[in-house]
Amino acid sequence: MSETASLKIWRGLEANAGRWETYDVPFEAGQSLLDGLRWIRANRDPTLAIRFSCINANACKECMVELDDVTVYACTARLQARKMTVAPLSNKKLLRDLVTEIAPPTERFKNS
Amino acid sequence: MPQEPMSAATDVLVIGSGAAGMYAAIEAARGGCQVLLVDRSLIGRGGATVMAQMTVAVALGSETADHWSYHYADTLAAGRGLCNEPLAQLLCEDGPECIRAMDDWGVGWARKDGRIVQAMAPGHDRPRCAYVDFLNTGPAVSKTLRTVVNKSSGIRKAGDLCVVDLLHDKGDVVGAAALHLGSGAPVTLSAKATILATGGLTRLYRRNSASANMGGDGYALALRAGASLVDMEFVQFFPIGHLAPRLIGMDPIMWDPFRYKLGGRLLNNRMEEFTQHYGVAEDGKYVITRDVGSYAILKEVEAGRGSPHGGVYLSFQHCPERALREAFGPVIDRLANNGIDLTKMPIEVAPIAHYHMGGIVADANMQTTLPGLFVAGEAVGGANGANRLSGNAITEALVFGRRAGRAAASYVKRLKTFPDHADNIHVATALMAADAPTRNFNTAAMLETLQKTMQDNVGALRSRTKITAALHTIGHLNDELGDTPPGDGNRFDMRRIDWFDLRNMLLVSRVVAETALARTETRGAHQREDCPELSPDWAINQTVTLRDRRIEISGGRHSSAEAML
Repeated sequence: MSETASLKIWRGLEANAGRWETYDVPFEAGQSLLDGLRWIRANRDPTLAIRFSCINANACKECMVELDDVTVYACTARLQARKMTVAPLSNKKLLRDLVTEIAPPTERFKNS
Repeated sequence: MPQEPMSAATDVLVIGSGAAGMYAAIEAARGGCQVLLVDRSLIGRGGATVMAQMTVAVALGSETADHWSYHYADTLAAGRGLCNEPLAQLLCEDGPECIRAMDDWGVGWARKDGRIVQAMAPGHDRPRCAYVDFLNTGPAVSKTLRTVVNKSSGIRKAGDLCVVDLLHDKGDVVGAAALHLGSGAPVTLSAKATILATGGLTRLYRRNSASANMGGDGYALALRAGASLVDMEFVQFFPIGHLAPRLIGMDPIMWDPFRYKLGGRLLNNRMEEFTQHYGVAEDGKYVITRDVGSYAILKEVEAGRGSPHGGVYLSFQHCPERALREAFGPVIDRLANNGIDLTKMPIEVAPIAHYHMGGIVADANMQTTLPGLFVAGEAVGGANGANRLSGNAITEALVFGRRAGRAAASYVKRLKTFPDHADNIHVATALMAADAPTRNFNTAAMLETLQKTMQDNVGALRSRTKITAALHTIGHLNDELGDTPPGDGNRFDMRRIDWFDLRNMLLVSRVVAETALARTETRGAHQREDCPELSPDWAINQTVTLRDRRIEISGGRHSSAEAML
């Protein structure tokens, strides 16, 4: 039987009004957490909001999330064949699901 | 729920914040303009620049005597007869100045005895490629330009702004309409001049070496606004993209610098070198150009001599550990964390979509065929012809970015009147605020379907049958996409973002496929299995325009494309 990673993911638009959803992801040794999140979008739920740019190189530094309460880059954290809890950064303003406002204030759009 | 529209006005709008966009913003601000630098991702972190590993080709003459004209000759030879010569000349002639400016700004080019080190790279007649250690060229270039942007007065920055259409008034480009990802609101950006610095289209392919935001946005925006594209069939595949074992936290093109510094051996599954059968004996050195390399690897795989994951082996087992560590220091430890010991095992590599030679038609001032619209970096078409010389991408980002910023500033100064409206603003805003269609479709799965058909059928080895199959799939996906975006229209609405991405990606894929179908020969990066010879009749550039949603292709040399300006 093939192994699975069970990802328990925080979902919602407001920090005080969210829910947890769990997705079983086929597990292959060597995969990243981001691989798992992208798999969920393409195969289970395209509405899952995640932020990333460089995919695998750990160059853009955009894919930070909290994995089991520890801040990680989703592109370098390893997917594991166990239950993993994934939440948005708790010290940043929530935008949706796993996406938070991480841009410096001088790099945000201002209506003018 | 639709969000309240927002707006901003500026002299110069720069779309994309890789090296080209940031350099353009710096120069336009120096020219006295108010600049708004926007990116669909974070400023200076997405795009292709940050992913560059090593080489920046430039005739500095710091290693051996050199002159821009030698670099130019190599660029034209690599381009297989199709380079836009004025653009290629600009790249080579202005390169040294831009590289020295970056040096002054503290980028930290690798040095030996005080002089900038220049490495030998395939296709060059002498050592010409500057770099920043270790595998750090792109991040260092991005960081340096971000610092200069932050110090420049007159540049405002806005990330998470995804431009969905250029705004025009009677043919002049007057800004852009964007989706603000952080709120879901439609945004009107009024600008006297607009610079597209959106990079290439590698995201069209399943295996690619660039960021998730390189989906060819700029080509689609330009095309829909009425500008022309050129050389769109020429997608560069980087021959030795990492394939296996699974490696995280590293860019898949990382083996390029290893080959620059250490040579390395490409082997088939009999552990025999094979490139000599395709006309290039490497003899432990790195000399094979990208088009020939990709072809040789795919042909070995096709003949049943590939590695287990469908590529070939790259081995550094003959290199002493000391040499590996001296050349790549901390990277060797990162490899060890991934279970890779180069002294004991080869890794598997295969071609990966890397760069686009084609792009938006522009003159040597980066002026497109539309007044008010300029272009910079990889988004520019033609400088590299049918195949780009290694090391020319960062150079062109800097050179073309600088030139576009200056030209846009000068255009703004000459501008007498500026319209206070755009012909298509209501259409663009209504599209962003549209109610979702009731039917359900998975946009993320559609993206994967598109990437797979482009990889398999319009990739490094093409044929009429394959390309026709891709066009069929693209047509189906277009039907599925429909005319209005799904989602709730609130912030970071992923399906709505995917929908706007697919709208661009499907259009650009169709352009690549149709121009590839029309070119019945093999030249540079365009390899047709059913037309394997180079044909002198095809020493022309294909130019593409959009009329009533139909793609129109015309053939001629670059000179005719420029005559339209």
